Amino acid sequence: MSLLLDLWTIVAVSAGVFFFLAGTVGLLRFPDTLTRLHALTKADNLGLGLVVLGLLPRVSSPLAGLKLVCVWLLVMLAGAIGSQLIARVARRSGPPA
Amino acid sequence: MNMPLLVDGSLVVLILAVAIWTIAVRDSFAAVVGYAIYGLMLALAWVRLAAIDAALTEAAIGGGLTGVLLIRAAVRLRPTESVVAVETPGRFVKALAAVLAGTVSAALAVVVLSLPVPAPTLAPEVAGHIASTGLGNAVTAVLLAFRATDTLLEAVVLVFALIAVWSLAPDRLWGGRPGPRYHLEANGMLAYLARLLPPLGIIVAIYVFWVGADLPGGKFQAGTLLAAMWLLAIMAGLTDAPPVSRGWLRVALVTGSAVFLAIGFAGVPLAGAFLAYPAGYAKPLILVIEAASMLSIAVTLALLVLGPPERSAQQ
Repeated sequence: MSLLLDLWTIVAVSAGVFFFLAGTVGLLRFPDTLTRLHALTKADNLGLGLVVLGLLPRVSSPLAGLKLVCVWLLVMLAGAIGSQLIARVARRSGPPA
Repeated sequence: MNMPLLVDGSLVVLILAVAIWTIAVRDSFAAVVGYAIYGLMLALAWVRLAAIDAALTEAAIGGGLTGVLLIRAAVRLRPTESVVAVETPGRFVKALAAVLAGTVSAALAVVVLSLPVPAPTLAPEVAGHIASTGLGNAVTAVLLAFRATDTLLEAVVLVFALIAVWSLAPDRLWGGRPGPRYHLEANGMLAYLARLLPPLGIIVAIYVFWVGADLPGGKFQAGTLLAAMWLLAIMAGLTDAPPVSRGWLRVALVTGSAVFLAIGFAGVPLAGAFLAYPAGYAKPLILVIEAASMLSIAVTLALLVLGPPERSAQQ
């Protein structure tokens, strides 16, 4: 059982790190602000989500697990709203560059 | 190479890289963003050193609050940037500044490296006497019992800083509202966030304050969170910044220092020394001081970010 949980942690956290890597590559390689934001929020939503899911079996108490999930939800909220605000400024300040 | 060393090594390299980039970058806005990232990296370094209290404060003040203050300054200075670029000192002055800064850094490094091993510490003293305060968090015990005078002076300095900011107001606007009037966009994303987040942020702030007695946390981190929630509501246009002449505002600003001083002086007849707590009452008194300070810190930090009065009270 513990081997299965270990395996789950390794797979999920690795997948999360992969999404962070993909998001960073997108941030560096994509041509304009809007697509870069798109790449970045993927990392927040999926990458961090997978890392949290992977760490959940290792928490010491249900409360600690709840805190982890709250961190994920708050980062998603902040990421979504932050990128919306940046995107609006980018659109107002002229054609995407 | 083992894993923790790899993590710490990468962190040190990242911190140095961000620091150098912050100095080297031309645009002041980019430099401010670099500085905020630098603060967050330092917070991670404090976590690695097991100093969670310092990490929380660094993230809240160094990364968050100072970042916001500097961003506002950078935006305000933007029109003058080209003028400043013309007056930038020449190569010789720059080299001189670099030598000076490098010498100071090298001297600090030498001092740190020449500390005796093990370094002189008062930690065993704190651990030996912490039971008398009724607290579980050694940092809070040091800040509010063993070295309470320092913390009291810190609280007063913060209010002085705000007075310095307010003194920049022109005479005709004295007593007016700080900062621009933010317009509410009823269906905008910012207004949505400013309605959704404060209830959660206030609960987290109270938790951070309450848990500070026994675990990492405390009034400063909690006060910063409260200030952030208030600023969010102001910047989304849901509420307006109060005129600096309001009575309740002035009271809120000095409550922390006043309660601190009152309890400090009460210690003279009751416990024999300034800021000494009567036996058995240390923890409740510390909690009262922390609660009052949290309120004052929150109001002071928010007003520091908002800046000097810019509009009359009626606007």
